[in-house]
Amino acid sequence: MTKSSKADFKSRFVLERQDFQCLLDALNGQGYRLIAPTPRDGAVVYDEIAAVSDLPIGLTDEQERGTYRLKDGDPGRLFGCGLGPHSWKKFLYPAELRLWNAHANGSLAITPDDHHPERLALIGVRACELGALRVLDRVLSGGQYHDTVYEAQRDHLFIVAVNCGRAGNTCFCASMNTGPRAESGFDLALTEILEPERHYFVVEVGSEAGQRLFDGVPHQSALEADVQKATTIIETTATHMGRHLDTTGIKDLLYANFENSEWDEVAARCLTCGNCTLVCPTCFCTTVEDVAELTGASAQRIRRWDSCFTMDFSYVVGGHVRASARSRYRQWLTHKLAAWIDQFGSSGCVGCGRCITWCPVGIDLTEEAKTIRAHSQPKPETKSRKKIHHENT
Amino acid sequence: MERKNKPKIAVWKFASCDGCQLSLLDCEDELLTVAEAVEIAYFPEATSVSVKGPYDVSLVEGSITTQHDAERIHRVRRASKVLITIGACATAGGIQALRNFKDTKALTAMVYANPKYIETLSKSTPIADHVFVDFELRGCPISKKQLLEVIGAYLDGRKPITPHYSVCVECKRRGTPCVMVAHGTPCLGPVTQAGCNALCPAYQRGCFGCFGPAEVPNTRALAEQWKVLGKSPQDLVRIFRTFNAYADAFRKESDVHES
Repeated sequence: MTKSSKADFKSRFVLERQDFQCLLDALNGQGYRLIAPTPRDGAVVYDEIAAVSDLPIGLTDEQERGTYRLKDGDPGRLFGCGLGPHSWKKFLYPAELRLWNAHANGSLAITPDDHHPERLALIGVRACELGALRVLDRVLSGGQYHDTVYEAQRDHLFIVAVNCGRAGNTCFCASMNTGPRAESGFDLALTEILEPERHYFVVEVGSEAGQRLFDGVPHQSALEADVQKATTIIETTATHMGRHLDTTGIKDLLYANFENSEWDEVAARCLTCGNCTLVCPTCFCTTVEDVAELTGASAQRIRRWDSCFTMDFSYVVGGHVRASARSRYRQWLTHKLAAWIDQFGSSGCVGCGRCITWCPVGIDLTEEAKTIRAHSQPKPETKSRKKIHHENT
Repeated sequence: MERKNKPKIAVWKFASCDGCQLSLLDCEDELLTVAEAVEIAYFPEATSVSVKGPYDVSLVEGSITTQHDAERIHRVRRASKVLITIGACATAGGIQALRNFKDTKALTAMVYANPKYIETLSKSTPIADHVFVDFELRGCPISKKQLLEVIGAYLDGRKPITPHYSVCVECKRRGTPCVMVAHGTPCLGPVTQAGCNALCPAYQRGCFGCFGPAEVPNTRALAEQWKVLGKSPQDLVRIFRTFNAYADAFRKESDVHES
């Protein structure tokens, strides 16, 4: 699925559960590596799978702020688990990437690393995650500067989206208008229907590549009743969101509340460990480190995921710009929900709820935003530079 | 880049288990490179050859636990241009700093048949409590990768890259699901400095805090969450009092739960 493809193929088909492996085989046949949710270490992660049996079959998850538990779900269901700690960005925007190598042998030679994109089939991409890819597209290839590694990999994806049949306790995609229905940005979108007598998928084709692939997979046309069942499932999911975020005027609200005393309250609980940013499917901050070999004869430059919660992130000559936990939490939440809109034209939050589930102490972004709204202390007047500096530290 | 003179390196041992020195010998693949880049002038664990000081870089392992060592460390400092401490003992007092919370005389009487032969200080203290330290390398034991980075950085006169952020950052980069969130396993990762590449959580164990407190560690908030996970105040005391028990942040947090 290239990012420019549009989903104007609204043809719908039915794929029986017993033919699901054929879909994977067809993708394999076109040279795609299969990446999908798979259970590991007590959670569902995104990794390479060999067959349909590697999916978290019959499992579901229970999520609340600061807790995640895998448990038995509907026997046989392929996509009964919600989101885990991984996001697809790790395949497009790796946690660690070598940018170049340098050798000093008389003269200095710098060799940029060649990054060859792979054909990856992402299977089980949820609507909010398609939203996250749209956000990353804008950030990493929508402006003046392009991340060429991201762009090249983005053009080599085949995306099999899955409409959510269940909303998790920390989900709020409905508030962020990203889900639970996959509207665009996929090659195929599936809705899983598990009935006592029949297990099948209603499939929506979203691109020419999707159509070509699906032509080689056993299927039949969807009946109106099948489509209706799929629609009902998605509509029910939309009304069962575990969380809600009121986005009305949120940019102005947060901009006006830089000095709200509630930031101190969340700072007392915040570990500033960085987990929220690292599980976020849209956080894109990195650091660049030069690693030299001991003899001094060679060095390499490596880009690594970073977090605005680390002290070094805001280190400049003279000290840390955001020394306090208060200033760092405020920065993250305000950037994600407000400044992002000015910077990239949309919210940075897609409502996936990962930052809520995977915060070790269970800080809930929707609750924090609600608290600021309830105790809004707007101070719109311009402050002197000195005062702002004082507040930041 | 050719360096003109081979810098002289010395490795010193104080109260410790030798594990951090062994990290240097454990470099295996890189050991020949190290030997080419520097002159190992004093390293009793590895060689009986001893070259007189002064030394360009001294690596100091271990804590100060005796009057004799409290004096010896000053001689090491005087003989060293750069002094780098390696490991939890040298930077925080080590596991032996558990004595600092008790009556050392009473402990000595419990352990030794003839305690009168034991000459020891009442506290195990880090090297920086005694002399100026140029750089402290954390870990129990240290990471050999970080050790090579620090040696390389000092040879080149640059700042070593040894991050002060939490273990969580390394956990997430390697894709390990959080053991606290996914299993309810108490983990010191959020308040512990990175450097081990998040080893224990990768084996589904909570972090033990080997690398000591991270930058600005919010130990109180973590301890509160551990109570939710079922830990008693006594558990909390023990959890914060291990290899880095006497590091400020961990010591203060353990004190809170002791009373």
